[in-house]
Amino acid sequence: MEARLRSPARQADLAMIGALMVRARNELVRVPGAAIPGVLAPTIFFLGLNGVFGALTNLPGFPVGDYESFVVPVSMLQGAGFTGAAAGVNLARDYEIGWVDRLLVSPAPRWVLLAGTVLAASARALIPAIFVFAIALPLGARWPGVDGLVISFAMVAAMAAVAACWGSFLALRIKSQAAAPLMQMGTMALVLLTPAYAPIALLQGWLQEVARLNPATEVVEAARQGFVGSVTWADTWPGLLALAGLLLVFGALALRQMQNTNR
Amino acid sequence: MSRLTANARVIRALGMRSVRQTFRRPQLIAPIIVFPTLLLAIQTGGAGASIALPGFPEVQGFLQFMLAGAMMQAMMLAGNSGGIALAVDIEMGFTDRLFTAPIPRFAIVLGRLAGTAVLGCFAAIWFLAIGLIFGAEIESGAAGALLAIALIAAAAMAVGGIGAAIALRTGRASVVQGLFPLVLVILFVSSAFFPQELMIEPAKTIAAYNPLSFVAEGIREPIIAGIDATTTLAAVAAILAIVALGLALSAGALRHRLRVG
Repeated sequence: MEARLRSPARQADLAMIGALMVRARNELVRVPGAAIPGVLAPTIFFLGLNGVFGALTNLPGFPVGDYESFVVPVSMLQGAGFTGAAAGVNLARDYEIGWVDRLLVSPAPRWVLLAGTVLAASARALIPAIFVFAIALPLGARWPGVDGLVISFAMVAAMAAVAACWGSFLALRIKSQAAAPLMQMGTMALVLLTPAYAPIALLQGWLQEVARLNPATEVVEAARQGFVGSVTWADTWPGLLALAGLLLVFGALALRQMQNTNR
Repeated sequence: MSRLTANARVIRALGMRSVRQTFRRPQLIAPIIVFPTLLLAIQTGGAGASIALPGFPEVQGFLQFMLAGAMMQAMMLAGNSGGIALAVDIEMGFTDRLFTAPIPRFAIVLGRLAGTAVLGCFAAIWFLAIGLIFGAEIESGAAGALLAIALIAAAAMAVGGIGAAIALRTGRASVVQGLFPLVLVILFVSSAFFPQELMIEPAKTIAAYNPLSFVAEGIREPIIAGIDATTTLAAVAAILAIVALGLALSAGALRHRLRVG
């Protein structure tokens, strides 16, 4: 295994992934305001939802007394969704300007090109998550504990990877930035068609059914556990399993599209 | 042909162009219809139990209450999209060509705003239809529905005036697009999505003075209760205040654009 990783081909692959991640980081540093929409949107949703729906905690059956704690993991995951969708929009832009064509004729395997985009989105998603968390704490959100926080950030990074796979699939399929609303809508629906606003027992009938079927529900519950109670393995593994399934499905879709592009 | 008729034809042509442009570009129509529809579904399903809270107005269901909020969101985003489209026209040089044509300058802005008003009408009809399909009743009947549509169209035009002013001032679509989060902030601190009395501070206090709260209540009242003259007049006054602000800003921005080119 170690020998395989040290082979020149593998090292070139890892270097390519690293280069693509550095390119994504450079965009944040060099383009003024590139990170702002991804950070602002979940922050606004967090503050807005808290101000508007905060009284929901007065309903019988609501698990916590403060809405900030309940909704902050949802906003962090929303930020991951927006960041992943932005990765798709950027890929579509790169296709429009011919950059993707140049990458495709390089000797790098196509899975490497996809991995660079997806891993960069995972890393970038931590920026809005940290920002939202830093705002939520002084507003009264509960400290989730180190284990709860680590699990939340892991869920955010993995959810951004899922969203980036979805965005990349659409970007390479439609080959236009006009697909942006579809990318954003898909990730928004995935995160919000869960017990995002209220516990599952308090959701309306149809949303209860959808939330039970939506694998992202397990991700939301796993990311939330430290904020509303204690961290347990029983609440963690379903989230990890759901993410693995989502990554498998959307990763396969994106990779297939990447392999078929310009062929 | 009288000058008035000629101007009306210009406004109509530019308004039609604006509407067609929106329907042809998914990135313009999605924020007006798709996002508010998705949020309406999610918020109705997610926060529907809130109607059991003490102090919540008497409503048939949360969907009935939320229709005004969805229409407000669509209306605000229609205004923002109109501003983006005008800025794109400026970037492409289309507006410069209109400036050299023998048509009054106000007709150029009014044409765009007429298109925004039509989109507002469309959004209002869309959400009323969704409400009716999913069982929400409009308590004041057809008259109430027409009042809600008229208020949304007027408010879309008013908000579009501010978007147009920013487009004319900056000439950059990216700047107007950057206002999208601000649009959401202003809407969140109004009573568009929840009764003001049940909101959490400081949103509750801000919502009490936010003109959009008055517009939202003016649209909601005919849907959940009946037409109330005081609420309707307050909504009209709030819209007129936004129109005045938009006109003042647009006039200044138009003068600036003609001066600097």
